[in-house]
Amino acid sequence: MTAPPIPAPSPAPEAPEAGRRAVVRDALGVGVAVGLSGFAFGVTSAGAGFSLVQTCAMSLLVFTGASQFALVGALGSGGNPFAAAAGALFLGTRNAFYGLRLSPLLAFPRAVRPLAAQWVIDETSAVALSQRGRDDARLGFTVTGASLYLLWNVTTLAGALGASALGDPAAWGLDAAGPAVFLALLAPMVKDRTERTAAASAVLLALAFLPLLPAGVPVLVSALAAPLALAACRRNRRRGQAAEEGATRDHRR
Amino acid sequence: MTTGADAWIALAITALGCYGVKLLGLSIPAGLLERPLVRRLAALVPIALLAALTALQTFGTTTRHLAVDARSAGLAAAAVALLLRAPFLVVVAAGVLVTAAVRAVA
Repeated sequence: MTAPPIPAPSPAPEAPEAGRRAVVRDALGVGVAVGLSGFAFGVTSAGAGFSLVQTCAMSLLVFTGASQFALVGALGSGGNPFAAAAGALFLGTRNAFYGLRLSPLLAFPRAVRPLAAQWVIDETSAVALSQRGRDDARLGFTVTGASLYLLWNVTTLAGALGASALGDPAAWGLDAAGPAVFLALLAPMVKDRTERTAAASAVLLALAFLPLLPAGVPVLVSALAAPLALAACRRNRRRGQAAEEGATRDHRR
Repeated sequence: MTTGADAWIALAITALGCYGVKLLGLSIPAGLLERPLVRRLAALVPIALLAALTALQTFGTTTRHLAVDARSAGLAAAAVALLLRAPFLVVVAAGVLVTAAVRAVA
């Protein structure tokens, strides 16, 4: 789903009660806003030809929005199921890195981990990581996770049920929901030059290979933009440093 | 659209895999994946995929051709909403509504 603007850390609470209320308010704000966009997913998935059960199973079991939109997009356009799943999985790997950062902060008991894992997504991580202290982080994670999981699944069901009443989802512009979600997720991630290079070269790779490769494969090819951008920007930086060192050497001489 | 069986296969792989990586992150000791190069790549791969998906689903067609149509206008509206720091739901709504409006007018 999205990496929403990280809520400003709540001011040092005068009373612990007020601090906890602020955490709950931040968490619910994120959970409700993003949870409601499950409706767009439900309609998109049904429009791509997925059954009601399949659509709801995705939101219940996959529960990471970008992967869900990617999966229905790839399969809906006639992609191979393995290529479609690979693209969705690739996108989901970022949640492992959220987990790595959350794990020492939340310090959940071993028995709770398998339950908490399903809620490790962009939004819960953003809210939990912006809290001070373990109790607030746990509260933020739990409230965001619970509200988002509940709403995302209820609105997925509503979207899938409503899809037939809506008729052609394209007439309602709902085929733009997927790319708009991706863009909203992408925007806060792209800050430095390497990240901009990766994004731009991924777009070029994907569009260049779209007419050449089966559906679902161009997006996998575009993942190559990550190591390419990293290598290019490292080389540039090294060359920049070398030039700088050369200049100081010349200066000294 | 692919067959129901294909959809279930893709769904099962994605569900198991996505849950697996979430649990992995919470379970493995920190430090194992904390190497700077791995971290950097891990941050860049979703950026590349999201950028590619945005472009493919905006300009791609089911016949695997490129097209600039109402979706492009919708995406531009979503981008403007993002620049104005609109909340997530508003960004998506802007994309959807503008796409629908352009189609209705066209």
